[in-house]
Amino acid sequence: MLEFTDVSAVRGNTTVWSEGTFTVPTGAIVGVIGPNGSGKTTLLTMILGLLRPGSGELKVLGETPHRGDDRIGYVPQNYASIAGDSIRARDLVLLGLTGTQYGLRRTTSAQRARVDEVLTEVGAADFAKRRMSQLSGGQQQRIAIAQALVGKPQLLLLDEPLANLDIRNQQDIVTLLERINSERGIGILLVVHDLNPLLSVLDGAIYLLDGHPHYDNVDEIVSEELLTHLYGTAIKVVRTPQGDLFTRSA
Amino acid sequence: MDIIAVVKFQSNWMEILASPFMRTALIAGILVAIASGLIGYFVIVRGSMFASHALAHIGFPGATGAALVGTSVLTGLVVFTVVGALAIGLLGKKANDREIATGTVLAFATGLGVLFASLASENTSTVTNILFGNLLAIPSSQLVVFAGFLAVLIVVLLVIFRPLLFASIDPPVAEAKGVPVKGLGITFMILLALVVSMAVTVVGVLLIFALLVTPAAAALRFTARPGWVIFWSSAIGVASVAVGLTIAAMINLPPSFFIVSTVFVIWLVAVATRREGRVQVPVGGHG
Ligand SMILES: Nc1ncnc2c1ncn2[C@@H]1O[C@H](COP(=O)(O)OP(=O)(O)OP(=O)(O)O)[C@@H](O)[C@H]1O
Ligand SMILES: [Mg+2]
Repeated sequence: MLEFTDVSAVRGNTTVWSEGTFTVPTGAIVGVIGPNGSGKTTLLTMILGLLRPGSGELKVLGETPHRGDDRIGYVPQNYASIAGDSIRARDLVLLGLTGTQYGLRRTTSAQRARVDEVLTEVGAADFAKRRMSQLSGGQQQRIAIAQALVGKPQLLLLDEPLANLDIRNQQDIVTLLERINSERGIGILLVVHDLNPLLSVLDGAIYLLDGHPHYDNVDEIVSEELLTHLYGTAIKVVRTPQGDLFTRSA
Repeated sequence: MDIIAVVKFQSNWMEILASPFMRTALIAGILVAIASGLIGYFVIVRGSMFASHALAHIGFPGATGAALVGTSVLTGLVVFTVVGALAIGLLGKKANDREIATGTVLAFATGLGVLFASLASENTSTVTNILFGNLLAIPSSQLVVFAGFLAVLIVVLLVIFRPLLFASIDPPVAEAKGVPVKGLGITFMILLALVVSMAVTVVGVLLIFALLVTPAAAALRFTARPGWVIFWSSAIGVASVAVGLTIAAMINLPPSFFIVSTVFVIWLVAVATRREGRVQVPVGGHG
């Protein structure tokens, strides 16, 4: 799905991170973790083809990243603050299909049917006729995911989709993503700060440690030394008798 | 006594309305109202309310300076607002910096406008017309220009409608999808400059908000579907121009006040009315 060969990320004159060499298997659910400002959003921007690698080579779904790649769906950070009072949720999802079309064209019935289908899939059909500003954070996140999914991508990038959600909504979104992944085979890359709600579904994680991105399987990620190092504060990994795994600050 | 002498009902107002200069005013007003309605939704969605206000002020020295060099007020307006639009558009994303820069230029431009006005020893009614608008002062020769602007606006909007909407509402995703967000932003600003130039002749630099933003804001109370918002804001603008002109004919006062008042009343009613689709979001609602 992703192949990084000695990739570095440069913004302006500063190198955000460098020496990224790793491969992420196709169809995986992968967390992107790292402290604030470590370059997680920058990583997504690069996969989207909006920022060229400062050096090295990057392949996304077998190709050099390029803007407007229909095979990638994207949910940006702070999505809720973007969408406002002036559009219905449904029309926002529709723009995911028609927003790149120039000229006077009617929305086709196939396009409408696709929007209905994806709204049902993410459980947003009931409130899709409301304006974005009239939805709760969890509902807005579902709409954002619907918009990213509507073009049938092979890879979904989500930047902090669990931020500002309560535990139940976090769990609902995680369940939704797992279903999308297993039913449609869509690879998922999501930026998160707390691994706990995801531990049961993650295949692995890209972690930004000391300015260098790495990829590891989930078992290796969930180590106290690594997490403690990553966040600069003591983290404990706890395994319950039921086999559930979670992390907490020590 | 004085006031009553000025405000006098004219029983022949139907004749006045039918006169050629009133017809020119009505057609000009309708063209401008439609143009404003077409762009108003995008002004709100993009959060360009301040930019549109600023463009009108940037047009002010253009309008007063036009007299200085002996060209038409509209030409001066278009030149200054288009240059201003390009500058604001190129300032790009950083909203805070942009607002400060825009506001600073706005103040400077207004000062420049006052200077030009006094240098040209314009009579005060010309300056008043620029500041507050006067539909009755629009020469009939300008109708063709207005119609041309409106045609350009319609054609360009039809072509870029969806990408512009996408780029306005959801810039990061639009950008990732390959939509030229910045280019569309600059195109939008130039269209806005044309509409502002037209609207200044109707309601003036100071009342521009009433024609450019308020009708769309009122329409948005009832619907959030882009096509309908555009339709209703144009309709509100056209109705306000027609009502304003009629009242102006009845009591022989400049139409700007009545146009702006009609828009204001419609907006008040819209705000007071139940909002379409308002649903209480349950606290901690199941997402
Ligand atoms: N457009 C930009 N121009 C220059 N520098 C930038 C730009 N965007 C981000 N940066 C810098 O790049 C670094 C990484 O930013 P990035 O947004 O990728 O971090 P992040 O890991 O997503 O952080 P957060 O957890 O706060 O979202 C930061 O130091 C930031 O200041
Ligand atoms: Mg980020």
